[in-house]
Amino acid sequence: MNQSYDDLSDLHMDVLKEIGNIGAGNAATSLSMMLNQPIDMTLPKVNLVEFNNVADRVGGAEALTYGVMLNLEGEISGMIMFLLNKDFAHLVLNILMGGAFDSFEDMDEIALSAIQEVGNILAAAYVNSISELTGLSINITVPEVAIDMAGALLSVPIIRFGAVGDKVLFIEENFRSAAESIMSHVILFAEMDSLNLMLRKLGLL
Amino acid sequence: MATLVVGISDLKIAKPPDTLVTYALGSCVGICLLDPVSRVAGLSHIMLPTQSVAPGDKNIMKFADSAIPELVRKMEQQGAARSRMKAKIAGGAQMFGSANDANSNPMWQIGQRNVASVTDVLRRLAIPIMAQDVLANYGRTVSFDPASGIMSVRSLNKTSKEL
Repeated sequence: MNQSYDDLSDLHMDVLKEIGNIGAGNAATSLSMMLNQPIDMTLPKVNLVEFNNVADRVGGAEALTYGVMLNLEGEISGMIMFLLNKDFAHLVLNILMGGAFDSFEDMDEIALSAIQEVGNILAAAYVNSISELTGLSINITVPEVAIDMAGALLSVPIIRFGAVGDKVLFIEENFRSAAESIMSHVILFAEMDSLNLMLRKLGLL
Repeated sequence: MATLVVGISDLKIAKPPDTLVTYALGSCVGICLLDPVSRVAGLSHIMLPTQSVAPGDKNIMKFADSAIPELVRKMEQQGAARSRMKAKIAGGAQMFGSANDANSNPMWQIGQRNVASVTDVLRRLAIPIMAQDVLANYGRTVSFDPASGIMSVRSLNKTSKEL
């Protein structure tokens, strides 16, 4: 039994990496369907990252960032957060809504709900990867969107991880359309009981 | 003169002309303490209300109820007196979800719980809170200048405040 994310063995980390790989693959497919154009991706990087280094990975603590957060419920409890930088969010919005979003001030409720929907689809992609691997049934709550400093958004998952260690599970994915290359970041948190259950289902505990 | 950066679950002490800063507080809380006579100042960035939230966690700088006494102790080592200390605090936002949402996860109210715990710990240490910029739903970068005792709070799309 793992007591903390810091205790995970290489084998257990490999499982999390595989969840990240499958999740990002599913996410690219979903994005491609949503945006109606081919979206490719490079192999995502999945790592446990120290709290104080996470913000630097997403462009700096004070960088304006779109955050979409959902809770995981059912046989697994936890949360998932997507951090989209401005460029990613504006690209998606411009394709989806045919608008010209250049700034934060342009965001209206329709744009926010489009971002919410992107989060919903991406979260479903990850959750399906966990379900495919483990056979566990997981529900996701309605996504919440916030636009603020990256560090402030990150405080939410960091606090969840803070009760079980000093690192967060951080997935860096790189999507490519014909014209652009865009990066997004995912933070996936499962309570220790849930994580141990996933590993047990895979015969690794 | 240096600007000392306080990370997450971290605390630092400074004297003039040095200053302290902690970036992008969300639900975490930044606690600025100053002894106006010795000009010894401290800044702590806590993420959870009490050590009981994570039994066995050895990082005392993470929790309000262990970090603030540690900050006071380190300031006293530098010549500060607790009886003269004054506090200014910022942070404890709820970044996602509506505060009135009956379905919201209790973890979403962590900002509020952090502020309540910080307030309680300072009251027990008899350190008065002179100013605060807490709760609401946005991130804050906090700077603290031991020379003036001013806490500056910066947010995106808002004018910065000097408290």
